[in-house]
Amino acid sequence: MERANSIIEAKNLSKKFGSFTAVDNVSFQVEKGEFFGLLGPNGAGKTSVIRMMYGFSPLSSGSMKVFGLDIKTGWRDIRSRIGVCQQENTLDPDLSVEKNLIVFAGYYRVPRKEALQRTDELLDFFALNHKRQDQVSQLSGGMVRRLMLARSMINNPSLIILDEPTTGLDPQSRHQVWDKMHDLRSRGMTLVLTTHYMEEAANLCRRLIIMDKGRILVQGGPEELIHRYAGTSVIEVENPGRDLKEFIRQKKIRHEELINRLIVYTDDLDGLGRVIRDRFCPEKCLFRSGTLEDVFLRLTGRELRE
Amino acid sequence: MKKFNLTLLFYPVWKRNLIVYRRIWKVNFLVPLFEPLFYLAAFGVGLSGLIGDVVYSGQELSYIRFIAPALLATAVMFNAFFETTFASFVRMYYQKTFDAMLSTPLSLEEVITAEIVWGATKSMMAAAIILVVISAFGYVTYPWGLMVVPLAFIGGLGFGSVGMFFTGITPSIDMFNLPMFLFVTPLFLFSGTFFPVSGLPVWGQYLALASPLYHLVELTRLLTMGRMESDPFISLAYLLGFGLLFYFLAIRAMRKRLIK
Repeated sequence: MERANSIIEAKNLSKKFGSFTAVDNVSFQVEKGEFFGLLGPNGAGKTSVIRMMYGFSPLSSGSMKVFGLDIKTGWRDIRSRIGVCQQENTLDPDLSVEKNLIVFAGYYRVPRKEALQRTDELLDFFALNHKRQDQVSQLSGGMVRRLMLARSMINNPSLIILDEPTTGLDPQSRHQVWDKMHDLRSRGMTLVLTTHYMEEAANLCRRLIIMDKGRILVQGGPEELIHRYAGTSVIEVENPGRDLKEFIRQKKIRHEELINRLIVYTDDLDGLGRVIRDRFCPEKCLFRSGTLEDVFLRLTGRELRE
Repeated sequence: MKKFNLTLLFYPVWKRNLIVYRRIWKVNFLVPLFEPLFYLAAFGVGLSGLIGDVVYSGQELSYIRFIAPALLATAVMFNAFFETTFASFVRMYYQKTFDAMLSTPLSLEEVITAEIVWGATKSMMAAAIILVVISAFGYVTYPWGLMVVPLAFIGGLGFGSVGMFFTGITPSIDMFNLPMFLFVTPLFLFSGTFFPVSGLPVWGQYLALASPLYHLVELTRLLTMGRMESDPFISLAYLLGFGLLFYFLAIRAMRKRLIK
């Protein structure tokens, strides 16, 4: 399905490292003005997809088009129009905060006057103006992230790619980064992000894919995925009795049995919820809304990765 | 992306290194200023009394006069080699500077070329300072002596490329001891630097001919005092060929290392 507004078009994308397949036949599209999420446990292949997106990693097979240009031939043009915020801190520790932005602008051939002006704007936008002469090593984790984000926008990109932008941040810093991203969204920016925080994806992304072991498991909007793979409501029962388990199984209600805990997914809180509350709550029952985390855990399993 | 992608975009990367260098330029200038003075004092004043004069290319020279151009040439080697080994490795491995650059319109070839050219620039700056120092002793004839500066750049490109090649294949920063002691140190000692190559047995002379530093030392002697043992064109061609070979080997090694 070709759409005129597609900013990114990945078709049958694969990435192999020797005999290991990191990305296995992945296809997706990102539309203009969309916030698009790439979710998955560690080692799912998210970063590999991202690296193919900006032409860092060569494709093993398939095709990747950004702004309608093939990444293999148009990588330089594509990179000049996107901003990338990598997972690790790749700021230049030999330079001050301000110089990090100005020097980086040089790599995009931004004229000096414009570079200085954009540096001022971005330091303002990301609340780093008071630190502009500081060395990068003096910044807190949250400031480092904000400076990474600022740097990824120095060339005035039409697309921003963020690899785990809030990993390792304290809640205050995380919320500050989210605020900035909401701001960008309202300005019509197109953005791709990977994340481990389901709350982040549900909040920010209009559409997302959940990957595991290099493949796409599901693709859709957060609400739609919750509705389809979990339920609008979730009931967690501690130490469930055998009668409840039988009742659930008999009625073929979507559920998960864990050690000492039963999780029931339902759209029928009034009917089923009441029945469970009245008849089967020996100790403690928790009634809550379904979340993307439920979808994620149901689809990718609960075993530890790595 | 196997194609060779090199444009003038390497300039902003070179400039980034210059900006960092300028932050502490006074400190950066001290080493090439004092190091040759120490050597000249130790060898020239200390040793030359024991050694006496040296016959080089049919001419008798004081020992200090003989080693002065060689010290300049070895500084060219050390400056470029240190820059593209230890300093580039830190930028590549610990600071992830190259990863960041490779998300911008820069190509791998441009980033690596900029590092090597920067190493050569440092060689050139060191050579210029040392040239002033040994000129003060009256060991340089002008105007040819000025040509040492561009020669230092060419030599710096060669040794910078070898250094970058080692950076491409060295697993950890401690492993640089290997090329330091098995490659650079023998070059430093046996390239006609501290004694004329003509004093070596024949096999030793052939070995010295293979040393890129030997040719750089020879050319430096020619430009500073108008004499050399070998052919200037062969020496220059060897230096350029050596640099070009390792430049491509360096690019290949770094591509293998960085592009995953």
